[in-house]
Amino acid sequence: MYTFSSKLKTFSFVLMIVGILGIGYGFLTAPKTIQDVEAILKAEEAHHEGGHEAAATHEAAGAESHETVAATHEETAKTAEHSTAVEHEEAVAETTHDTIAKDTVAAVTVAEPAHAEHAENKAEAHADEHAEHVEHVFHQLQNKPWAALYVACIFFLLITMGVLAFYAIQQVAQAGWSPVLFRVMQGITAYLPVISVVFFAILLLSGFHIHHLFVWMKEGVTDPTSPNYDEIIAGKSGYLNFAFWISRAAIFLLGWNVYRYLSRKNCLAQDEANDDVFYKKNFKMSAAFLVFFIVSESIMAWDWIMSIDAHWFSTLFGWYVFASFFVSGITVIQLVTIYLKSKGYLENVNSSHIHDLSKFMFGISVFWTYLWFSQFMLIWYANIPEEVTYFKTRIEVFTVPFWGAFFMNFVFPILLLINSDFKRIYWIVVMGGIVILVGHYVDFFNMIMPGTVGDRWFIGVPEISALLFFFGLFIYVVFNALTKAPLVPKRNPFIEESKHFHY
Amino acid sequence: MSSNKVIHAIYNDDDVLMDAVHKTRAAHHHIEEVFTPFPVHGLDKAMGLAPTRLAICAFIYGCIGLSVATTMLNYIMIQDWPQDIGGKPSFAFYQNMPAFVPVMFEMTVFHAAHLMVITFYMRSRLWPFKKAENPDVRTTDDHFLMEVSVKDNEDELVKFFKSTGAVEVKVVEVENDKH
Repeated sequence: MYTFSSKLKTFSFVLMIVGILGIGYGFLTAPKTIQDVEAILKAEEAHHEGGHEAAATHEAAGAESHETVAATHEETAKTAEHSTAVEHEEAVAETTHDTIAKDTVAAVTVAEPAHAEHAENKAEAHADEHAEHVEHVFHQLQNKPWAALYVACIFFLLITMGVLAFYAIQQVAQAGWSPVLFRVMQGITAYLPVISVVFFAILLLSGFHIHHLFVWMKEGVTDPTSPNYDEIIAGKSGYLNFAFWISRAAIFLLGWNVYRYLSRKNCLAQDEANDDVFYKKNFKMSAAFLVFFIVSESIMAWDWIMSIDAHWFSTLFGWYVFASFFVSGITVIQLVTIYLKSKGYLENVNSSHIHDLSKFMFGISVFWTYLWFSQFMLIWYANIPEEVTYFKTRIEVFTVPFWGAFFMNFVFPILLLINSDFKRIYWIVVMGGIVILVGHYVDFFNMIMPGTVGDRWFIGVPEISALLFFFGLFIYVVFNALTKAPLVPKRNPFIEESKHFHY
Repeated sequence: MSSNKVIHAIYNDDDVLMDAVHKTRAAHHHIEEVFTPFPVHGLDKAMGLAPTRLAICAFIYGCIGLSVATTMLNYIMIQDWPQDIGGKPSFAFYQNMPAFVPVMFEMTVFHAAHLMVITFYMRSRLWPFKKAENPDVRTTDDHFLMEVSVKDNEDELVKFFKSTGAVEVKVVEVENDKH
C-alpha cells in the first residue's frame, strides 16, 4: 500500500494556494470597463510612436484621394495595432500603419474624392473604427483569465482521458506487460471526476454569459436583425446551440466517468473473487467504452476546442486532439510510475516496463506530429482563404508557441527517445517527459488562445497559475487515490506475466 | 588455429541448447558457431555476442537520405529554376518546405531501410549463388548444432557434450577454413 508522503501533500497544497491566488490576480487585473481598455491602449501607444493621433492629423491636412480598406472583422480577428488597416496614399503619410489585416473576411474598398465634407466623414468613420477596436481589445483582455483557466483545465481533463483510453486499450488488447501499472493508471484517472466537475462548471458559465470564450454563444449571432448577426454561425446553429452543446458535454463526461468508476470497481472486486467474472466484465466494458470514447472524443474536440474558431473547420481535428492528449496521458503514466518506483513502491516494475512506456511516448509523439503536419500542410498547400486564416494567425501572432510546440513535441523526443538504452534511463525519460508535457500544454494553448485572446496572448501569471492550481489538485487527488488500493492487482489473469515481463 | 578438428554437438530442443551454451561458456570452451532452424530468444546474450550496431548504421543512413532529399529539392526547386508553380513560394527553401516534407520523409526512410539491408547482407556475407555453409542439413529443420573447436582435449570435450544432453556428438575434420 502506498502512503501519501506529507511533503508531497504540502507541496500540492502550496501549488493550489499559489494557483488560486494567481488565478484571482488574473481576474482582478483584467479590465472591467471600456475606459480601462482605453487607458491600456493609450499607454501602449506611448510606446509605439503614435497611431491614432498621427492618423487624425492626416485627416485635418486634407488629402487628394483616400483609399480606405475597411476590413470587417469577426470576433476572432486580430491585428497587431489596428484591427482595420487604413492605407493613406498621400505623401504626408509617413507614419507606418500596420497594414496586415489578419482574419479579415471581406475588404471593402471605398475611393472618395477629396472634399471638405469628406474629412468629416473620415473622422467619423475613424471614430467608429476606434470604438470597435477598443471593444475588440476589451473582449480579448476580458477573455484572458478565463482562457488561461480553460486551457489548463481542459489540458488536465484530457490527460486523464488519455490515461483512461490507454488503460482501456491495455485491457482489450490483453496486454501482458501492463497489468502491474493498472493501479497507477486508475490512480491517475481518479482525477477525472474531480476535473470533470470543474470543467463542466466552466462550460456552464459560458452559457450564462459569464465569460465569452465561445463566439457562437454571443447574443444575436443567429438573429438577422441584430448587429451581431453572423450568417456562417447562424447556419451552424442546428449543431452549435447551447442546449444541445451542453447536453453533449454532460453525456460525454458522464459516460467517461461511469466507465472509470465501474472499471475500477470491477478491478478491485476481481482481487477478492474466485473466478474471472469481473475480469471478463471489464474486458467487455472496455471494448464498449473504446467505441463510445472515439465517437465522443471526436465530437468533444469539435465542441470544446474547434468551436472556439467557429468559422473554421478541419476534418482530422478530433484525431489531432486525441494524439495530443494521448501522448500526454502516457507520459503522465510514465512520470508517476517512475516517481513511485523511485520511492520503492513498485517492486514489480522493471526497466522493461519503463522501456515500453517510453516507446509509446516516442511513437505517439511521432503520430501527433504526423497529424499536426498533415493538417497544416493540407491547408497550407491548398491555401483556401476561409481555412488558412487559422494558421495565418497562429504563425504570425503565435510564432514562438506554434513552432515551439513542434520542436518540443517532435524534434526533442525523437532525438532523445530513439535510442533504446536511453528509453530505460530514468532521468532521460523524465526530462523527455517534461518537455513533451510542456509541449502539449503549448499545443492546447495554440488551439484555444488565438480564438479567444488573439494577439493579447502572453504566458504570464494567469496562465501559469491556472496550471499550478490544476497540477496541485492533480497531485492531491491522484496520490490520495493511490493510497486507497494495493498497487498491484492480485488476481488479474495476466499479472504473473506482467511481473516477469522482460524485453 | 592449431587444430583442424571441431566438435559438433547436436540438440533437438532449444531449451537444452540454451542450457548447454551456458554450461559450455562456464567451462570456458570456445563456441565457434551455433546453427539453429529459427531464432532462439536470448541465444546471443547466452553466447556473449556483442550487440549489433545495425540500428546506428540505419540512423546515419537516414540522416544521409534526409540530406540528399534536402539538397536535391533545394537545388532543383529553389536554386536552379525557381519557377512560380501554382503560386507556391519558391524564394527560399523554408518558404516552400511543407511541400518538400513528403519527399524528405520518404527519402529518409528509403535510405535508412535499403542501406541498412545492404549493410546486413554484406556484414553477414549473404548474396545470390553464395555457397551455403551448413554443417548438417537437419539444422534447418528441427536440430540445433553447436560447433566447438578441439585443441587437444577431444575425449574430454566429447564427454562434456554428452553430459549436456546432446543427442549426437561428432568430431569432424574440417579443412582450414577461410573465415
